[in-house]
Amino acid sequence: MKIKSDWWKILGVVLVLFSLFQGLMGRVPVLPILHETIRNIYYHVPMWFAMVVLFVFNAVYSIKYLSSGNEHHDNIAVESANVGLFLGILGLLTGMLWAKFTWGEAWSNDPKQNSAAIGMLVYLAYFVLRGSLDEAQKRAKISAVYSVFAFPVMIVLLFILPRLTDSLHPGNGGNPGFNKYDMDNQMRMVFYPAVIGWILIGVWVMQIRVRLLEITNQILEN
Amino acid sequence: MKKIFILCLLTFVVQWTFAQAPTAAPVEMADLLRSSGKIYVVIGTISVVFIGLAIYLFSIDKRLSKLEKEHK
Repeated sequence: MKIKSDWWKILGVVLVLFSLFQGLMGRVPVLPILHETIRNIYYHVPMWFAMVVLFVFNAVYSIKYLSSGNEHHDNIAVESANVGLFLGILGLLTGMLWAKFTWGEAWSNDPKQNSAAIGMLVYLAYFVLRGSLDEAQKRAKISAVYSVFAFPVMIVLLFILPRLTDSLHPGNGGNPGFNKYDMDNQMRMVFYPAVIGWILIGVWVMQIRVRLLEITNQILEN
Repeated sequence: MKKIFILCLLTFVVQWTFAQAPTAAPVEMADLLRSSGKIYVVIGTISVVFIGLAIYLFSIDKRLSKLEKEHK
């Protein structure tokens, strides 16, 4: 562990620990229906933020691969999608649990829920596509092209389509994100560190997976 | 290192600096849970789990670094 190059891993752990502690201890706005579950914002929403950041990595490194043909870029792209998908599934599950107690049903076919599920399927298809191609270079190239198209589709599904219709989820039906009634400034002081912390941890897990993949390939080649 | 430690410590107390009193409202919140002090137990449990996971991640990271050094 070198402080100079790995400080962001420690920062991620500290920020998430802070959000675990302050997320339960801090004062939250008194709201009907939500009650104490408003604290879920600190734990459910960062999953999606981290997922989007990892999918950005996926798209950027796919483009990088297409221009360079460097295998390392493809490795980063595939592992970003992998960790991103995992975080997205955690986001869906935590969202379902939260919805069960505030919206009445775990799955109420809400536009946000449906489009998030479709977004997950889009990235699941990325792995199906990769699994169906045997030749490494062809697989990397075709899946990189797929990623470039998958990313805007995911953004539209998650952030644009739900806003065009009415949804139970905050930040939809025309409102951009949380408004001051849902989240006050004191909550933001926990929420943003939580988001940054989980993004860092997501990127860290992705980095570990990339290194694992590359060392495995290296050992198998020898 | 000392500075980093103090910074970490301060991040945990930042919210106590808010002086405004909470407004009384009829909405039911977990006031009892907090007043009886047992919420600390929950925070403790969660923290132990998360610190454990973090240590686990760090150890995987370390082992990988060793492997990478050997195969250079």
